[in-house]
Amino acid sequence: MKKFDKDRLILAVGGPALAIVVAVLLTSVVLVASGLNPVQPYVLMVEYAMHADIQVLILNQAATYYLAALAVAVGFRMNLFNIGVDGQYRLAAMAAALVGASVTLPGPLHIALILVVAMLVGGFWAGIAGILKTTRGVSEVVSTIMLNSIATSIIAYLVLPAQFGEQRGNNLTTGLIPESGWFPGIDLGEAGEIYGFTAVAALCGLLYWLVLNRTRFGFDLRATGASSSAASASGVDARRMVLTSMLISGAVAGLAGMPVLLGDAHTYSLDFPAGVGFTGITIALLGRNHPLGIALGALLIAFLDKASPTLDYNGYEKEIATIMQGLIVMAVVISYESVRRYGLRRQQQKVGEELAAEAAAAGEGDGTGPKNRKEVSA
Amino acid sequence: MRRVSKLAAAVGTAAALALSATACGSTSTESSSSDSSDSAKKGKGIALAYDVGGRGDQSFNDAAYNGFEKAKKDFGIGGEDVEPSDGESDADKVQRLTDLARQGYNPVIGVGFAYAKPIEEVAEKFPKTTFGLIDDDTVKADNVANLVFSEEQGSYLAGVAAAKATKSKVVGFVGGVEVPLIKKFEAGFVQGVKDTDKSIQVKTQYLTQPPNMDGFSKPDLGKEAARGQLDADADVIYHAAGLAGQGVIEAVAAKDKWVIGVDSDQYEQKTLAKYKDSILTSMTKDVSGAVYNLVKSVQDGEPMSGESRFDLESGGVGLADSNPAFTEMTELQEAVKKAKEGIISGEIKVGTES
Repeated sequence: MKKFDKDRLILAVGGPALAIVVAVLLTSVVLVASGLNPVQPYVLMVEYAMHADIQVLILNQAATYYLAALAVAVGFRMNLFNIGVDGQYRLAAMAAALVGASVTLPGPLHIALILVVAMLVGGFWAGIAGILKTTRGVSEVVSTIMLNSIATSIIAYLVLPAQFGEQRGNNLTTGLIPESGWFPGIDLGEAGEIYGFTAVAALCGLLYWLVLNRTRFGFDLRATGASSSAASASGVDARRMVLTSMLISGAVAGLAGMPVLLGDAHTYSLDFPAGVGFTGITIALLGRNHPLGIALGALLIAFLDKASPTLDYNGYEKEIATIMQGLIVMAVVISYESVRRYGLRRQQQKVGEELAAEAAAAGEGDGTGPKNRKEVSA
Repeated sequence: MRRVSKLAAAVGTAAALALSATACGSTSTESSSSDSSDSAKKGKGIALAYDVGGRGDQSFNDAAYNGFEKAKKDFGIGGEDVEPSDGESDADKVQRLTDLARQGYNPVIGVGFAYAKPIEEVAEKFPKTTFGLIDDDTVKADNVANLVFSEEQGSYLAGVAAAKATKSKVVGFVGGVEVPLIKKFEAGFVQGVKDTDKSIQVKTQYLTQPPNMDGFSKPDLGKEAARGQLDADADVIYHAAGLAGQGVIEAVAAKDKWVIGVDSDQYEQKTLAKYKDSILTSMTKDVSGAVYNLVKSVQDGEPMSGESRFDLESGGVGLADSNPAFTEMTELQEAVKKAKEGIISGEIKVGTES
């Protein structure tokens, strides 16, 4: 087992690395094709990201992305494609903001209440897809996408002043959460403030790893994801696993809106960040569902997001970063497949070599070596 | 062995996450403050920060861009216009405004109410820069100019015109995204129709719900909605749907009915020349003029501050009369004129909520 570790590492890192290199190269091709300098945009972005205030922005954004990607990854490990993270986190953030704004509790309790509401609502929304899948066999891909649209409508309805919303100018909000419900951040003065929730996001990553790799539940989940019939045969209730992992995925998705809600906005308004759930899918793919990989993926995408505005001021279009994100997604799929095939070939080769060596050893013993060797090589 | 190293790696990531931000001391504001102090005095020109949708929406953002371009030309100054990215938060808008202000742009204009909170924050840090804020009057500061419009007044006139032009006694309203701003258009329009003739039916439809902004950008959605209303016998349709409104205009023109445009005089728009005979009039919202005036005030050394309301009286909103067929309808013109006078004198109060 230990002997294979180096190979495993190469295979694990090779995919994403190859994807990023390919994406960078293809972006450069696009740049050259548009008659622009193919290298300078990267230099500009890296320079811009050297500033502390941009780093704070990147880190804060990465926290949001990280949670969204974890939510997606929980589903992926179970072979469930939860596309509904987007609707789940928005609905959860809206509900949590509403509850948070309507009560005043001592600090930690207030925050805990908001978080519980967010996780429950996120879990509930994903759970609908889970129940539909287990009882009616509805594909979660279809149901979660539809639930996204329904969530949008429900939110739009609930934030109307006639229901729970408040109108402020031309904006609609759910009212401001009292200060006891703000999550304390790390104030860096001029550079801004790191959301305290970033630490919670990192903890969630640790928890994700522990649960998946060090608990029976995690084993069942991975087993069901790998082969649900095999898992059933060994006594795992596959349907219950589907529902549970959907609930967990939704609960984690519910947390994705919390860094912004508790750290900055303190209210859910019409301009609350949207679309984070879809970025989460990219990042989960990029990070190969591994908590560390996802963290790096989240930082990379956040970097592209936050460093790209500088391109606009230097004669480039910041959409270059968007092109790159798109190319990364495509490159990820292709490079993972080619790395997987390479790994497979390598494994076959190794097994072949070992068998050959064994056969050779056996052949020398009884004197029929050459004959046997021929058979193996054929 | 493996267990330990993986755990260590996970903890390492957490630590790296927490520390990476402190690795670098300087901020983007500090590092270039030296070159900005000089240029801030003279002014580098105008900065325009768009809201979701951005340039090319044939509507609100484009109107702001037109004012920006005109001011750039007339005053011989530079300028920068910047678009937002998807899924961004207030922190990104703060960063964008800060970037623009420290580079020495003056005025810095936020297009859309989403810039309210970010401008409140940034205006404090740059007291010498004038900030323009379109469509929001909640943020007050000495160096913030709130440019707001009375869309409901212009829409009321559109309602009066629609009520006078309809033969089937059914008119339609197509809103882009169901947000309070567009509801003002609807409220004014419906009131205008009902005040003119109570028996007329108004069909109302919104294309999408926020945060899905497709309703401002996808003409096929507008086309679909307009067809539905035409099938329900509507013969005058008023749209407030930005680029998606082109679909409305197309659908209405195909049936040879009337459509009322929005924001700029759509009868004169080149891209819509094919359908112009169906465009009865347009409810104009002079965002372009508002932007231009703000730049002018800064150039004149007397920057605007506080709320500037663009209404019927000031000509900030109104009805376009470039379609000869429209000006020839004498009864309609009289009714519109009367309503306009009523609103300006305060006799007619137009509500902003339906």
